[in-house]
Amino acid sequence: MTRLFVVWCPDWPVVAAGRVAGLPLDAPAAVVVANRVVAANAAARGAGVGRDVRRREAQGRCPDLVVLPDDPDRDARLFEPVAAAVERLAVGVEVVRPGVVAVPARGPAAYFDSEADVAERLIDQVAAAADAECVVGAADGLFAATRAAHRGLIVPSGRSAEFLAPLDVREFLPDRAELVDLLRRLGLRTLGAFAALPERDVATRFGADAVLAHRLARGAQERPPARRRPPDDLAVTHTPDDPVDRVQAAAFAARGLAERLHTRLAGHGLACTRLAVEATTAHGEHLRRVWRCAEPLTSAGIADRVRWQLDGWLLGPDRPTAGLARLRLVPEDTVDGRALQLELWQGGQDERAARAARAMTHVQGLLGQGAVLTPVLGGGRGPADRVRLVPWGDERTPATPAEPPWPGRLPAPSPSVVPDRPLPAAVLGPVGEQVGVNGRFALTAEPVSVAVEGGPARPVLGWAGPWPADETWWDQATARRRARLQVLVESTEDGQTALLLVREDRKWTVEGMYD
Amino acid sequence: MSSPEFASRAATRDADRLAAALAASAPTVETLPVRADLAALFPWGGLRRGGTVVVHRSTALLLALLAEATGAGSWGAVVGLPRLGVVAAAELGVRVERLALVPAPGAELGAVVAALLDGFDVVAVAAPRVADAVARRLSARARGRRAVLLSLGAWPGAEVELRSEGDRWWGLGLGHGHLRGRTALVRARGRGAATRPVQRFVTLQGESIPPPLTHSIIEHMFETSTTAEPGGDR
Repeated sequence: MTRLFVVWCPDWPVVAAGRVAGLPLDAPAAVVVANRVVAANAAARGAGVGRDVRRREAQGRCPDLVVLPDDPDRDARLFEPVAAAVERLAVGVEVVRPGVVAVPARGPAAYFDSEADVAERLIDQVAAAADAECVVGAADGLFAATRAAHRGLIVPSGRSAEFLAPLDVREFLPDRAELVDLLRRLGLRTLGAFAALPERDVATRFGADAVLAHRLARGAQERPPARRRPPDDLAVTHTPDDPVDRVQAAAFAARGLAERLHTRLAGHGLACTRLAVEATTAHGEHLRRVWRCAEPLTSAGIADRVRWQLDGWLLGPDRPTAGLARLRLVPEDTVDGRALQLELWQGGQDERAARAARAMTHVQGLLGQGAVLTPVLGGGRGPADRVRLVPWGDERTPATPAEPPWPGRLPAPSPSVVPDRPLPAAVLGPVGEQVGVNGRFALTAEPVSVAVEGGPARPVLGWAGPWPADETWWDQATARRRARLQVLVESTEDGQTALLLVREDRKWTVEGMYD
Repeated sequence: MSSPEFASRAATRDADRLAAALAASAPTVETLPVRADLAALFPWGGLRRGGTVVVHRSTALLLALLAEATGAGSWGAVVGLPRLGVVAAAELGVRVERLALVPAPGAELGAVVAALLDGFDVVAVAAPRVADAVARRLSARARGRRAVLLSLGAWPGAEVELRSEGDRWWGLGLGHGHLRGRTALVRARGRGAATRPVQRFVTLQGESIPPPLTHSIIEHMFETSTTAEPGGDR
């Protein structure tokens, strides 16, 4: 999972609105939508004005409160300098929403001394270049990193789940109000308690969105479906007749472009989760910014982000010296539209695959995401090592490359049944002694009978081996020394049963049965 | 040529004509392809869409039935077999990229299989016990969706039941060789068009047994043989 720095500007709508209104920073102010407070600054909060308080009540608690209108366009436009400031320190900046930027941690952390050092530099940089206050956090994955930013914490790598566990489920607010309410009424007050539920139960009781929330709470990757690099030709370009230098013209161009990109992606069965907006000015300046979104973007979502970005460039302090002569939208990351939005997958080339996908999604809804698996074959020696079971929707990559030779791999045919837990076996020699394998990978005696799981000893009709497998002997931690043996025993009915036995740690177990 | 042969030939010609006439009058049966040697076990020469087929005891036989269908672009699902040998499936010709596994359907078996029948051409189910009512409902669902329901183990109201008996392996000696192939006698019996029992020797896994050594083969071996005596190097 990618490690991210998240730069969070607290109460961004209030900061942006206050800046437009020319308010001093310490004046109590709040942004209000439909007569309810959606954001308040520290001074207002000190006077008891918080989220969801009614406007009348807020003004009652804090008489000199300045009530500001909500305007996402304004927030996005004023945020552009912050994103630009962060970009001066680190590459790969992605705007999550106005007020929050994410940067991959690997590059800057390696360049500067430590992650704490990077965080400090980011705060200084944003304060100096964009005149804004921010808090920086780092963790694995966007959800954990954003929570870390709210607390100004650097969560060590690999410990995001631990960090998230004691947090209140209200961290899911404001997007998942219904789920939070439900969880609290069930007595699940922390993310850890929610994460401890089996995914299957979450899927059956709470629905698909809760499964996503559950993944977040566990510190797993936020997007279950595999992201993949889209082919280059998905980008859409627009060359306006006259260079765009006014906001209205930008909004119009944005809508048309967004429509075209959305249609093109839908035609490939894809949806976009990271969108790069690029522009070239009449003087040849090149501008580019990446927007990131947890949910696949709809046509309207794309249009909003493009408009916000163009407004940010055209009205920002570093405004380009000429109008925008060429606009380009590049989907940086896409997800399979069919995994999330089946209506995107209209007919297409393979109607059978679409039907199967729908059925699998249905079953995942019944049993949980991990209940529907698709196998991927890779390299390895044992019959179980060569298979990786991938939950439907995840990226189908083999666990180990199939390419290099695998000495000690048994030739085909492979066992049709591979026990999911080890079945102990006893291999007995001519005088009833236990047969073992010595240090030179040779049997200590000829096998005469085999008993599986304490069952009756059955006479051996044929045997071959042992096939030695001395795996990664150069690495103490992963080294495994095993020997495999094929035996053919009389079956209880009239016939023969072939078994694949493996010896490790001086014990025989059944690795495969030819059923 | 003797007269009894003539008579039998005439009889077969009549039978052929009758079969052709029946085939022309009967509604066309849509099937999913199966391996040539298994096709003879089904009166329709394949898995009839909408039908329910029971396979007794042999996972390999079940996988062999899935192979051709997935190769022809159909999707297959396997429910309730956490121990399925996927490598063996691939060796038998199953296209694993078009295979979905639901290893533990639990109490939701009926709902899961019903959902899968909506989207998959072949759904294989292994369940220790299926209630009669559920089984009939699922068979009806398969019929409605024109999918094939395979069951590993008893299933009430199945059209065809396959039973593999008397596995015979070859290739494995006492301390030499390795498992090369396996033949079994597969018996098919069922209802309706499949009432007449059929049985065939089938190579379930691996290569089929090479023909017995004849004089000319042995001579040929001795001319060009460079291999050591079997087991001599051990």
